[in-house]
Amino acid sequence: MGVSKKVVEAALQSKLNPTFLSVLDTSGGCGASFMVEIASAAFEGKRLLERHRLVNAALADEMKEIHALSVTKALTPQQWQEQAQTSKTS
Amino acid sequence: YGGASNALTPELKEALDKFVTSNKVVLFMKGTKLFPQCGFSNTVVQILNSLNVPYETVNILENEDIRAAMKIYSSWPTFPQLYIDGEFFGGCDITLEAYKSGQLQEVIEKAMCS
Repeated sequence: MGVSKKVVEAALQSKLNPTFLSVLDTSGGCGASFMVEIASAAFEGKRLLERHRLVNAALADEMKEIHALSVTKALTPQQWQEQAQTSKTS
Repeated sequence: YGGASNALTPELKEALDKFVTSNKVVLFMKGTKLFPQCGFSNTVVQILNSLNVPYETVNILENEDIRAAMKIYSSWPTFPQLYIDGEFFGGCDITLEAYKSGQLQEVIEKAMCS
């Protein structure tokens, strides 16, 4: 028994108020494995480890059921925009 | 987390402190460096191998007490967990990101010289 993508999205949405959020169910449907890309002002001035800790904390309840959580991007809104721009021009 | 709050006894914490500080690079993982039993653990093993750095591994699949304790000790819910110079560095995603940016090499070199 896993967690639904909607539950993961809702938890991150309410706790980190992201300007961008993408949650991908990588479990093939069983809801035990997710890939997350997120941009939030909560990451301002924080190292990558601290940013990931915020994501883990936001999903503390869900983590009991999640087998693997991959946070591939944890950016500030500004970093997100800069990255979007460079990927457009390159 | 049920009874997990009791998982990190003072004795175990002291032993872990000693272990992660007396070895420059320690990886708590699923499986061993010769036989990783999870893709995420394998990724970090491959990174450390490519950096040609000596490191110790602990197979958390073989010891349920250590597995539960490490989640509390690191305040990190998943494995692998990489320790450099006695400090928690991160899980698979952080290690991969730091490897790509060259930051991991820097941190490890610094640890080796200290």
